[in-house]
Amino acid sequence: MVNNVPGAELAIRIRGLSVERGGQNVVAGLDIDVPGGSVVGLLGPSGSGKTTLMRAIVGVQDRVTGTVDVLGLPAGTPSLRRRVGYVTQEASVYRDLTVVQNLSYFAALAGVPAARRRETVGRVVAEVDLGGHEKQVVRTLSGGEVSRVSLAAALVGDPELLVLDEPTVGLDPVLRRDLWSLFRELSRGGRTLLVSSHVMDEATQCDRLLLLRAGGLVADVTPTDLLRQTGAPDAERAFLALIEGSAAEEAAR
Amino acid sequence: MNLTFATAERVLAQLRADRRTIALVLVLPCLLIGLIAWMFDGTPVLDQFGPMLVGLFPLTVMFLVTSVATLRERQSGTLERLMTTPVRKGDFVAGYALAFANLALVQALVVVGFATLVGMDVAGPIGLVIVVALLDAILGCCLGLAASALARSEFQAVQMMPAIIFPQLITCGLIMPRDQMPMLLEWLSRVFPLTYAIEAMQSLARGDEWADIQGAVGVIALFIVGAVVLGVLTLRRRTA
Repeated sequence: MVNNVPGAELAIRIRGLSVERGGQNVVAGLDIDVPGGSVVGLLGPSGSGKTTLMRAIVGVQDRVTGTVDVLGLPAGTPSLRRRVGYVTQEASVYRDLTVVQNLSYFAALAGVPAARRRETVGRVVAEVDLGGHEKQVVRTLSGGEVSRVSLAAALVGDPELLVLDEPTVGLDPVLRRDLWSLFRELSRGGRTLLVSSHVMDEATQCDRLLLLRAGGLVADVTPTDLLRQTGAPDAERAFLALIEGSAAEEAAR
Repeated sequence: MNLTFATAERVLAQLRADRRTIALVLVLPCLLIGLIAWMFDGTPVLDQFGPMLVGLFPLTVMFLVTSVATLRERQSGTLERLMTTPVRKGDFVAGYALAFANLALVQALVVVGFATLVGMDVAGPIGLVIVVALLDAILGCCLGLAASALARSEFQAVQMMPAIIFPQLITCGLIMPRDQMPMLLEWLSRVFPLTYAIEAMQSLARGDEWADIQGAVGVIALFIVGAVVLGVLTLRRRTA
């Protein structure tokens, strides 16, 4: 199910990826291509290996076999750390610091020169719609606000590839819509985004969808093809049809 | 190097936001020394043992503070995130050590100042007492950093204190002069850093000068470097 777009530069190229955790292969023999400049949705039930796959891509997953090339280099290459931004599922920012203190630190780590840090922080604060909260200690923000600080911390370095693990969890529909339009805008600017989600209506906002189940790839399709192939009226039911179909197939074997 | 400073600055900002911890770090050792001064009022006990306590309290307090702080970083997911950024493992450990060394310096000044105020009269130069107390506190930080790598939970992190500090405390010569210990324990005390810290302080209490303690100070410095290296080596970029 590898989809090769001729001529398009691949942002991520995965061949035969397996990851062992706790004595089990949580990801088994995965082949995935993510074209550069696209927004790719990573969908799948809880425990299907989405986070493990993302951790392998950003180079912090141990016990990995197979090939994972990111922006043309093996995953985990030190020079990639400046070019790839990763947002974990649980917001990973310093809750005892203010929004600006957090973002300034991550900007410094991303190599933003001190003279441009204030401006950069201002830009990302606006992008994630946190204006007015700059001086607030993160601990005192709401859950959705904290997760946007976490997202902003990945945006400060203006990375070429963004790996976002459930970035819209716990956000209201208005914020979700705004974030997805930000993702689209980033991709228009040539950035590649790999976004995991379990909110199915978000799937229609992606250029491509990767469907994982039990550590294997069930589908690699465009949202339109997903609906056509399954004949389902919406993404949620199409997703269920595919997951149940693949489970039934496995049971029959 | 820039990322080391950025990390140190961030850790210091976190410390500044936590006023209560700063108060505990500065006030607690003074309180304990005050108790001893009061208990042995009118005797030379504080002159003899004061310098050792001034070296010991910062070591234990800083050990606890650092090991918990780095454990918190591991558990909050921020460490995992840092490992995906250009920050090197050395930057992380050195940044922490640098930030806590700042706090350690303030602590050493306050504690030595307070001990002098309540009547500690050190025969040797008081400046050297401060230097040794500072090195002890930095050693505590670095040991805490290394120890936190072994702990998977807060319960374990807190247990690292009795596990790593107490055996040193028992054999360092504070409870019994080291030359009266069974030979094996005496040898054991030789490989513990606290022994050298106490030795330097005992020496200063007797009125010795820099030339007499430079060997012990050198050993403490080596242990600091060793603990930093251990801290870097035990940090993992890839985790299961």
